[in-house]
Amino acid sequence: MILDLKHIYKDYQQDKLVVPVLKDISLQVEEGEYVAVMGPSGSGKTTLMNIIGCLDRPTSGTYELAGEDILKYKDKEMSNVRLRSIGFVFQSFHLLPRQSALENVALPLSYAGVKKRERRERAARALERVGLGDRLNFKPTQLSGGQKQRVAIARAMVNNPKLLLADEPTGALDSKSGKQIMELFAALHREGVTIVMITHDKAIASHAKRVVQIIDGEITEGSKEVQDA
Amino acid sequence: MLENIRLSFQGIWSHKMRSFLTMLGIIIGIAAIIAIVSTITGTNEQIKQNLIGAGDNNVNVQLYMGDSTYEIEYSGIPEGVPVITREVLEEIRGVEEVKDAALFVSRDTYNTIYHKNTGITGGKLYGVEKEYFDVCNYIVKSGRVFDDGDVSNFRKVAVLDEDSAETLFSGEDPVGKTIEILKEPYVVIGVVTKSSKFEPVINSMDDYYMYAQRSSGGVFVPYATWPGLYGYDEPQKLVLTVNNTEDMTAAGKKSADILNSYLSVTDNTIQYKAIDLLEQAKEIQELSRSTNTMLIWIAGISLLVGGIGVMNIMLVSVTERTQEIGLKKAIGARKSRILGQFLTEAAVLTSLGGLFGVIVGIILAEVISKLTGTLVAISAPAAVGAVVFSMIIGIVFGLLPSYKAANLNPIDALRHE
Repeated sequence: MILDLKHIYKDYQQDKLVVPVLKDISLQVEEGEYVAVMGPSGSGKTTLMNIIGCLDRPTSGTYELAGEDILKYKDKEMSNVRLRSIGFVFQSFHLLPRQSALENVALPLSYAGVKKRERRERAARALERVGLGDRLNFKPTQLSGGQKQRVAIARAMVNNPKLLLADEPTGALDSKSGKQIMELFAALHREGVTIVMITHDKAIASHAKRVVQIIDGEITEGSKEVQDA
Repeated sequence: MLENIRLSFQGIWSHKMRSFLTMLGIIIGIAAIIAIVSTITGTNEQIKQNLIGAGDNNVNVQLYMGDSTYEIEYSGIPEGVPVITREVLEEIRGVEEVKDAALFVSRDTYNTIYHKNTGITGGKLYGVEKEYFDVCNYIVKSGRVFDDGDVSNFRKVAVLDEDSAETLFSGEDPVGKTIEILKEPYVVIGVVTKSSKFEPVINSMDDYYMYAQRSSGGVFVPYATWPGLYGYDEPQKLVLTVNNTEDMTAAGKKSADILNSYLSVTDNTIQYKAIDLLEQAKEIQELSRSTNTMLIWIAGISLLVGGIGVMNIMLVSVTERTQEIGLKKAIGARKSRILGQFLTEAAVLTSLGGLFGVIVGIILAEVISKLTGTLVAISAPAAVGAVVFSMIIGIVFGLLPSYKAANLNPIDALRHE
């Protein structure tokens, strides 16, 4: 099992008021699964993503990532988990504007202490995998939205993470580019990559093999039967 | 690290105007310090050269009353001060730092020396032993200097230096001619000149009073004939030569101590002292140094302000790049990595500023040198030190912004607009 979250609670302190955001979330994801977490805005899905992505800690509950109890880790070790085990894809790409596609993709490798030559080779391979082998030295400003997101996916995949975590990956794209990204996700899924995708869009969620519905901080449906909803 | 430096240059280059303005404070501060230090070093070197002369290495030891030289013309022959004998002179020659020594007496001359109707005013008359010319680095230009015969026979012969020869004979060859010293006829037997001709650089009236007397004319007669002119055996002065300029103070002091051990004066303010030019140079340098230290402090304040400017801009830069920092942290960059990136950027920025500052400072020093005519000595250690110091400023003032960047919460940072 890649993801094993049990009884996750998350409260936010707002002035003196405690606002519960996640209430007793339990979620299991097997290796190679393609799961969409779907919910309207304010449902707590982004908070859930932050917890899954090791960017935030739950108020209570347990979280095992590939069998590791990661909540006991300190800041430095959390950075390492994010570096090695999780690949992030964001709605707004978050590419470094002054760096080429290749340099953007190679960035996590430099944090992992990979040598320069190997960084270039692996980054180039990751870009080829997302169909941008001919755009290695393009700056983000010279790329279309869909291409930017593919660079971001290459960056997420370059360290061979255990989990690809995507937050509204098509939110900033037109429907045609969005469709291409979904095709890319499907291809990655076929190659055995575990994907968790956060979205509010039912049509996008329908690309996943399993949809987990989250409303008001609670999982309402999460079975495999809803996959074709 | 190299990667960080490369990224820093990229960042600095992409905000040329801002980077330059940020550096300006550092540039001005460092330039001012380099210019001041160069000028001080140059001025000090000049003071030393003016006072000591170029490689002359002579020290004069003479009688003092209190803090001023004892003037026989006004105060008369002092009691309890014996004439310095050859034995005492040999004792002084035995002092480790002393290369050679000679005794002499001297008077300022006003209307005492004439050739026909031309007289020397403001010159000096010396009664010297024959070794004197060697000790004082004189070389014979024409004729000869005194020999044993001149001394033992009390011959009334005189040697002129170039200035007095020029004054009295204006271009004519003086050798063989007769001059009049205190109404006594003396035959000129030679003209001497300093082996190393040194003209002090005069920049101000103070300098003029300080150094001008060194270039006035001198007339030398055998010491043996001195009592014939002035009527007394009077206490002599001592001139030493040393091998090493740095030994001047020690040699002068030791010789003065020897001479003082023979005194039996009742007024114990009367003492032999060395006219210590090195010490004098130091005092003047000290004076200029203290004023200049203040200038350096003022320049230092400009560096402080520059540093605060750097901190300010780095804070702006951190805010601007919040998303970038958030992304980097999200994909696994450790705090130390972010800290290192921003510290490097600050250090590179200020080091560049320091480098430009050194260049501007050197140009400034050269301009000052051209305008005022003073010597300027640019010291390589000062230049290197300035750049290193600028780097330290960058690190110190970059610490707060970098720390802020490293501790950003990635969730908030990613959401930052």
